[in-house]
Amino acid sequence: MDYGVSDPVGGISVQHRAIKILLAGGFGVGKTTLVGAVSEIKPLRTEEPLTEGSLRTDQTAGIEGKTTTTVAMDFGRISLRRDLVLYLFGTPGQQRFWFMWDELAIGALGAVVLADTRRLADSFPAIDYFERRQIPFIVALNCFDGARRYDVEDVRMALDLEPGLPIILCDARSRESAKEVLIVLVEHVLATTTEQPVSGFA
Amino acid sequence: MPSNDERWLDAEAGPVVRPYALTGGRTRPAGESFDLVATVMATHAPIADPASLAPEHISVLQLARAPTTVADIASDVDLPLGVVRIILADLRELGLIVISTPVATTERIDQHTLREVLNGLRGL
Repeated sequence: MDYGVSDPVGGISVQHRAIKILLAGGFGVGKTTLVGAVSEIKPLRTEEPLTEGSLRTDQTAGIEGKTTTTVAMDFGRISLRRDLVLYLFGTPGQQRFWFMWDELAIGALGAVVLADTRRLADSFPAIDYFERRQIPFIVALNCFDGARRYDVEDVRMALDLEPGLPIILCDARSRESAKEVLIVLVEHVLATTTEQPVSGFA
Repeated sequence: MPSNDERWLDAEAGPVVRPYALTGGRTRPAGESFDLVATVMATHAPIADPASLAPEHISVLQLARAPTTVADIASDVDLPLGVVRIILADLRELGLIVISTPVATTERIDQHTLREVLNGLRGL
């Protein structure tokens, strides 16, 4: 029996498959630009109570008594087909936002660490996070105007990345370039995924 | 950059209410948890006691008339995700919405799906 799901503007079907991709990186690295280049972008914010753990590691000077933290995320949706939808979540890379990533990472296809060669150290926490949780990721270097074009292998050494991990240059403003970033990620995940029964547990 | 509190004070903000005041101070949604990209859909069941629902509950319910996601709703009502989750859990308890977790978040993504995603991206 065909229930003939209604099709509102931008609607999704009830039975669609949702695929999550995370985009992590420091402030100002171009996450919003990249998500906006390849998808319809919407603002999304979360306000979470600070846990004792985050209070210990967070810089709380000047905000004593503050019990919640507000985080803005970039949220983009790409309908690949009516029953297959890609959701992009751009999240700040700092360690204090890991509480959000723990949820976002569940069932995620993988992650893109967006890096700026002028501030490579900003991407260390994100790389650490994905490595420790064995979430497949690639590194995309946003080539800002005026930024020196680094050799990819120099960046690999600086970030201490494994030989097979894709590092690509991108222009976050370009739709084609942003698409390519996502394609390289999916290809990387595909190359590192072994065939398993669909219903099997990992 | 404005402090977090200042963000609430735009021209349309009206009286300043900390977002969790809407939820009676609750910070955790009731019942089974659901993913950010879980599908939300109104059941169109009659509302037993409309006066018991806050305007935000009604707004969320209206957004769920057609299938949508938790993240889409949070973006469209412009409330923090944590608050929207509690409102959604309330509406679910009242039988006004159903929330279904998409397949891909409960299982590893299989190669077949990965290839479909790849083809979809290449065809954009």
